[in-house]
Amino acid sequence: MKRSTRPAVRRLVTALAAGAMIGATLVGCSSGGGTTSGSDAKTGMAAVDAALKKGGTITYWTWTPAAKAQVAAFEKKYPKVHVKLVNAGTNTTEYTKLQNAIKAGSGAPDVAQIEYGVIPQFALAKSLVDLKTFGFDSLKKDYASGPWGDVTVDGGLWGLPQDSGPMAMFYNKTVFDTYGITVPKTWDEYVAAAKKLHAANPNAYITSDTGDPGQTTSMIWQAGGTPFSVKGTDITINLQDSGTKKYTEMWNPLVEGKLVAPIPGWSDDWYKALGNGTIATLLTGAWMPGVLESSVKDASGDWRVAPMPTYDGTPVNAENGGSSEAVIKQSKNQALAAGFLRWLNDSKQSVSIFVEAGGGFPSTTEALNSSEFLDAAPEYFGGQKINQVLVEGAKNVLPGFSLLPYQLYANSIFGDTVGKSYAANSDLNAGLKSWQKQLVDYGNQQGFTVTGK
Amino acid sequence: MTTLTRSAAPVVVKPGATKRSRRPRRRRSVVLMIMMIVFTVYSVFPLLWLIINATKSQASLFSSFGLWFGDGFDLFSNIAQTFSYDNGIFLHWFGNTLLYVVFGAGGATLLATVAGYGLAKYRFPGRRAVFAVVLGAVAIPGTALAVPTFLMFSSIGLTNTPWAVILPSLISPFGLYLIWVFATDAVPSELLEAARMDGASEFRTFFTISLRLLGPGIVTVLLLTIVATWNNYFLPLIMLSDPTWYPLTVGLGQWSAQASGVGAQPIFNLVITGSLMTIVPIVIAFLFLQRYWQSGLAAGSVKQ
Repeated sequence: MKRSTRPAVRRLVTALAAGAMIGATLVGCSSGGGTTSGSDAKTGMAAVDAALKKGGTITYWTWTPAAKAQVAAFEKKYPKVHVKLVNAGTNTTEYTKLQNAIKAGSGAPDVAQIEYGVIPQFALAKSLVDLKTFGFDSLKKDYASGPWGDVTVDGGLWGLPQDSGPMAMFYNKTVFDTYGITVPKTWDEYVAAAKKLHAANPNAYITSDTGDPGQTTSMIWQAGGTPFSVKGTDITINLQDSGTKKYTEMWNPLVEGKLVAPIPGWSDDWYKALGNGTIATLLTGAWMPGVLESSVKDASGDWRVAPMPTYDGTPVNAENGGSSEAVIKQSKNQALAAGFLRWLNDSKQSVSIFVEAGGGFPSTTEALNSSEFLDAAPEYFGGQKINQVLVEGAKNVLPGFSLLPYQLYANSIFGDTVGKSYAANSDLNAGLKSWQKQLVDYGNQQGFTVTGK
Repeated sequence: MTTLTRSAAPVVVKPGATKRSRRPRRRRSVVLMIMMIVFTVYSVFPLLWLIINATKSQASLFSSFGLWFGDGFDLFSNIAQTFSYDNGIFLHWFGNTLLYVVFGAGGATLLATVAGYGLAKYRFPGRRAVFAVVLGAVAIPGTALAVPTFLMFSSIGLTNTPWAVILPSLISPFGLYLIWVFATDAVPSELLEAARMDGASEFRTFFTISLRLLGPGIVTVLLLTIVATWNNYFLPLIMLSDPTWYPLTVGLGQWSAQASGVGAQPIFNLVITGSLMTIVPIVIAFLFLQRYWQSGLAAGSVKQ
């Protein structure tokens, strides 16, 4: 009887060994074919071209819906290159996995989608490849200045812009017409419209806001605030600067007066409220039309686009959302990864696939200025040439705004600090102060030199 | 079960009145009744919500009251969509979950049975140390070990493979402990001695005698590990980055998350229908195995 165990043991050992081998091949797969770039003498763009010609396998993490079609088109153009497309999760989920893999030293993709707000975090942690080594700084002319600024941190170029999110005010014209509200041009008019709408229909709100760090920082940006200034590891945080105060002074009455709907963004309730007129405006990035068209079908014909309201009549704008793709330093074939990235975000073919899929608002000047794009008059928006409004808005984005190199952490504690002000319908400044205090403490613990003002 | 209820009752009665027994008992049962009703509602409510809302299309989800049926009955089209969305990735995830359950929970039960039995029925040096380690392991939640396990697996290149989920699932300290306690009582040492006297080898004794006596205990452990592996979320979440290896739990999470941000594609109706279909097999498993489970629990917990 004892003999009968041996084959079992052997089987188990074989199974384990096979498992280890599967693991090994998978790792081999993700680390790509061949050694670094295969360019002994070539540098810059030449090395990238050589790597594309030579071929190999790379892994690309993204949650962009257009990615499948983009990768298929790329592989058709460069048959020797195989791109393993992985949806490793939407934003924060992906970043957590990316950070884990980077910390563990293996398992990270060659190219990954990273939103602009998080680029500084990965760049300063030296997790990304500075694309200047491949001469990609010469691509600057191809992009709008806003998104280009977002991928340029501390003198390095850490990714190529995929889409961009200059803000605009999306408004439900049917609701506005029903209650006789004119499209607000200034924030004073906006607040007045909020009061008028909610008084006329207690179930209707000018917008929804339950406290979202991306939204709040974008609004501060639009008010001219620069609460975070980052120079290397020296950081100054001032969430009470004049721009921030300008924003809270304007926005506080809406929160304190319960004039904004307490509906969390992106929830099923929120989609519902966008469709039935409960939420009358959205202050968000120019990528929103695609989402409205595909997921708020009920409101087709109701929505229009207008420039962001201003504080004093001078048009100013900020950005909200938008992603870039970056080459991860762990990549064993950085030149090939860079080659894929260049095609992905800088070729006309790829960008038009991206725009057609409704994935977002482009960032290349070629796409932004094409007459096809500018003259598009989607029926969903009542035939309005929305891209002209959005492109115009992109020109007014204030330069010089930046986020923290530990923005993911900052976002994660926003609800515990500023969120409390929202929950109590009270002064946002109190919440912002406690957010600042925690950010200063955390930054100093992490080895930054952080001063709070 | 009955022994438990009967022995519990006198303890509650003690402060007050053995004499005026009728009225307090009735009042007490009303309180208990209300508590049970509240608890039943609490448990059934989410399930009811899930079933009702699985019959709605996405548009109807947005336009109808959450706790009652919407305009149309779209359960079947929802199910069809769930299975066909993204080239049938749901079925793929279903297969992965089955894989993890069969090898993870099956393996964990096997290991727990063999080890628990061995510890219960054989005397060898170091037994007490093992006992201490197992007891200690019961106290540590798997979630706390997920990150160290991730770093360990990463350094041997096993992350993002099914092994990363199966191997940690193989260890069930609680299952081992349960079998150990169960085997101590359920398998009389005299019986083993008799078998040895008759010349049966240890393995034959285990497979022909002990394994049958251990039946209820094994089913209990199997059920516990199946549920644990089926519902496992955190471990696969951090171990796997490739959706082709996701189990249902993590896959549904990804579907849910794609409702937000640039290029958002909300599929709330599929998330809900998918969740409903995810719990169906586990409910069936429970219904079939629960009688074994009850007898197993009672046998393990009451000293005869």
